[in-house]
Amino acid sequence: MEIHQRSVAELGRMLASRQISALELAKLYLARLERHRELNAFLDVRAEVTLAQARGADASIAKGESGPLTGIPIAHKDIFVTREFASTAASRILEGYMSPFDSTVVERLAQAGMVTLGKLNCDEFAMGSSNENSAYGRVLNPWDKTAVPGGSSGGSAAAVAARIAPAATATDTGGSIREPAAFSGVTGIKPTYGRASRWGMIAFASSLDQAGIMTRSAEDAALIFNAMLGFDSKDSTSVDRPREDYTRALGIDMKGLRIGVPREFFSAGLNDDVERALREALEACVRLGARLKEISLANARLGIPVYYVIAPAECSSNLSRFDGVRFGHRAKKFSDLAEMIKKSRAEGFGPEPKRRILTGTYVLSHGYYDAYYIKAQQVRRLIADDFQRAFQQCDIIAGPVTTSVAFDAGEKAQDPVAMYLSDLYTIPGSLAGLPGMSVPCGFGARGRPVGLQLMANHFEEAKLLGVAHRYQQATDWHLRAPPGID
Amino acid sequence: MNWEIVIGIETHAQLSTMSKIFSGAPTAFGAQPNTQACAIDMALPGTLPVLNRGAVERAIRFGLAVGGTVNRRSVFERKNYFYPDLPKGYQISQYQIPIVQGGSIAIQLKGGEKTIRLTRAHLEEDAGKSLHEDFRGMSGIDLNRAGTPLLEIVSEPDLRSADEAVAYAKALHALVRWIDICDGNMQEGSFRCDANVSVRRPGDALGTRREIKNLNSFRFLQQAIEYEAKWQIDTLEDGGRIEQATVLFDPDSGETRTMRTKEDAHDYRYFPDPDLLPLEVSEEWIERIRRELPELPREKRDRYVREFSLSDYDAVNLTASRGISEYFEKSLSVVDVLALPSLPKQSANLIAVDLAAFLNRDNIDIEQSRIRPEDLGKLARSLSDGTISSKIKKEVLDSMWAGEGSPDEIIERKGLRQISDPGAIERIVDDVLAANARQVADYRQGKQKAFNSLVGQVMKATEGKANPAQVNEILKRKLS
Repeated sequence: MEIHQRSVAELGRMLASRQISALELAKLYLARLERHRELNAFLDVRAEVTLAQARGADASIAKGESGPLTGIPIAHKDIFVTREFASTAASRILEGYMSPFDSTVVERLAQAGMVTLGKLNCDEFAMGSSNENSAYGRVLNPWDKTAVPGGSSGGSAAAVAARIAPAATATDTGGSIREPAAFSGVTGIKPTYGRASRWGMIAFASSLDQAGIMTRSAEDAALIFNAMLGFDSKDSTSVDRPREDYTRALGIDMKGLRIGVPREFFSAGLNDDVERALREALEACVRLGARLKEISLANARLGIPVYYVIAPAECSSNLSRFDGVRFGHRAKKFSDLAEMIKKSRAEGFGPEPKRRILTGTYVLSHGYYDAYYIKAQQVRRLIADDFQRAFQQCDIIAGPVTTSVAFDAGEKAQDPVAMYLSDLYTIPGSLAGLPGMSVPCGFGARGRPVGLQLMANHFEEAKLLGVAHRYQQATDWHLRAPPGID
Repeated sequence: MNWEIVIGIETHAQLSTMSKIFSGAPTAFGAQPNTQACAIDMALPGTLPVLNRGAVERAIRFGLAVGGTVNRRSVFERKNYFYPDLPKGYQISQYQIPIVQGGSIAIQLKGGEKTIRLTRAHLEEDAGKSLHEDFRGMSGIDLNRAGTPLLEIVSEPDLRSADEAVAYAKALHALVRWIDICDGNMQEGSFRCDANVSVRRPGDALGTRREIKNLNSFRFLQQAIEYEAKWQIDTLEDGGRIEQATVLFDPDSGETRTMRTKEDAHDYRYFPDPDLLPLEVSEEWIERIRRELPELPREKRDRYVREFSLSDYDAVNLTASRGISEYFEKSLSVVDVLALPSLPKQSANLIAVDLAAFLNRDNIDIEQSRIRPEDLGKLARSLSDGTISSKIKKEVLDSMWAGEGSPDEIIERKGLRQISDPGAIERIVDDVLAANARQVADYRQGKQKAFNSLVGQVMKATEGKANPAQVNEILKRKLS
């Protein structure tokens, strides 16, 4: 098998047994990255930085100080700030910005010996579902270059799907890991809100933003979570719990597992091709011993309106710091301080951040706050309560990630509401702060991948990964590589 | 017809923590611009706030000291507005649920004591500073102050004059220093007041208020309120209307001028800060802080009156600051107060009058006094037990201030002991009477002044050391 088809776990064993060096591996992936530049998955690549890190990893291996991830290449979504690569959030307003510190996620993975390949394209400030909102151009879906890879972590999904990186960090606010993972046929998981440190993540909506990972298998995700997650005193919303071994449930079987299937997720809006693949996946689970149980998430349908109040409200405030005063883009011409701030922002932000800043400013305004923001928080609570009721009847929840397979580039670009509906099935879990993942489970129209969404209760990532791993042992969807990407 | 002036005060007290409220950067004053601002203070992308427990502890201390309610759960919110020295584009403050609600401050007025109710006290961060002077066509931004912890203390509109406002501000200033939560340095901006001023006819509803921002001295507070109240009264009497506004006081002209009116007031779009969980304060924490709280001015005052039979006036003076009360208590620690009941009063007078004069002259605080409190206590004892006369007091104090030793040593070395031997005084009185026949005759004709003159002659002859009571008594006997 070619090296780039190997999993993180396999590469780790090869590195540990010196079948390959970290430097060789880094060069191999940098070469693949260059070969597939047309995907536009990367925003910043600095070979000298990558190779220096790889040499450091080799030195650790030589000294016998390596761990399971030492020397494994990884790429980071450009939402994570990094000292050695520019950090732009795919926005003009941060073009060329160099952070004086690394985000906690990047720092922990570097401490585990992982080697950074570069920074990944995404929707501007992680706002979008197709990666068409990047100021630096759209990302192509490796399965079909006319399709979007999903968003906002489109670069992460495309890079992992095209085997340009064995793993990539990503972030999820309303579905930004699961939706692109589904569209691009990779495994993506967001942990429970509070598990991954938000220190060094360029904030979009603080109460929802959560870092996660894209890999080609649940096993690889578990290995990386071991290094990546855990309490961080620099993030006040980080949950102070003991570190755990996320690989501990990789051996579980599905006998007696109660899989909750939300009635509301299999209604009119779901496309037939997606539904067919999902039904097959659920049947596969039943064959493995699981029992299906219909459940109801009655308030989930309110997820999108709730999300599009809360997320813009928080974003309108989080993005206020981009004012051209201390860093980032500053307008060339202005007559006074107020105009400097206005023009810098007007020039620096793309249409989607502007749309959300305006929406957020509106819903927080005097006289509207109670009707929108307070009401949205109340409904958010109802949605979360639905999940808690559901988890009394089932161990995990399974359903679609999206209503359809990846859509064509440009198809929804002019219709923000249609675009927002892409996250119909992922937003409820985000609002509830639950861990969720997308697992490849087949193909739909035009050979585009379909993802199976799995959700578990708070802090049950290990169970989620265990179930996904069992499914991946019995199926090979996750091993399929996009045709035409060699 | 009369006007009533109504004032409420908002005070920003900088909490005396070593580091900032949401970052580890130091809070020290006066450093080079932007050398005490870390990535969090500069609001670099990806930074997050982490609350400083020391700031919370100080806010709780304040809440307990003013008898307010310390909320078990309070919420930090974002106050959104753009300004170049506000790095995040919002200030983290407490809005709907502050850490402290209610409480009161007692102020001393000529007519007695008045209680000023407090609305609330909440935690927030300070902004940076814009520097407009040194940059041609541009502004400089210094973020050293950004993120400095503040306790904003809001009074009810219970104050009725500039004098009352100043008395309130002084009492509050003394309290925050007393409980050691703020250094009270007004020049450095550690304690600054905004005054909400309105006027009305007595009995009417509250008038429209104007808020005078950022008064950083008691004198400016007084002047600004006096000017503003007069301006409002003049305006109304001329048939004008008061428009709600924020105004600035110009110390040079002594006038207030409008900064912005209600029409251009910001919509701050407050909402709970999702980067910070609600602040939960445990009962145990509050109780520990309560136990560690020093005896408060109010409690000390009552105790001084009760234990030492001091007047309210003296007790208030001695509790003007923690330093003064500690000095007073130390002065009593070396002497037997029970044996000499007049001693505390003697010590109180020495501190309030004599020592205060020295401190004022040299412009220093009581903590830097050149007379140790123990020595002052000994001097009080010498006065109370008649070892020296009050006429000699000043001479001893001068020597003490000059560092010439303890009062006992000075009295001995300089022979300042009071002459209380009746025989010795009689001999001197006889000499004085013999030498002053005219005054004796005047006195006998009923001129009281002549008696005083004779006392003076005796004191002069003894260089002030004669026991004045004995001199009086012997003179009266001899002249009768």
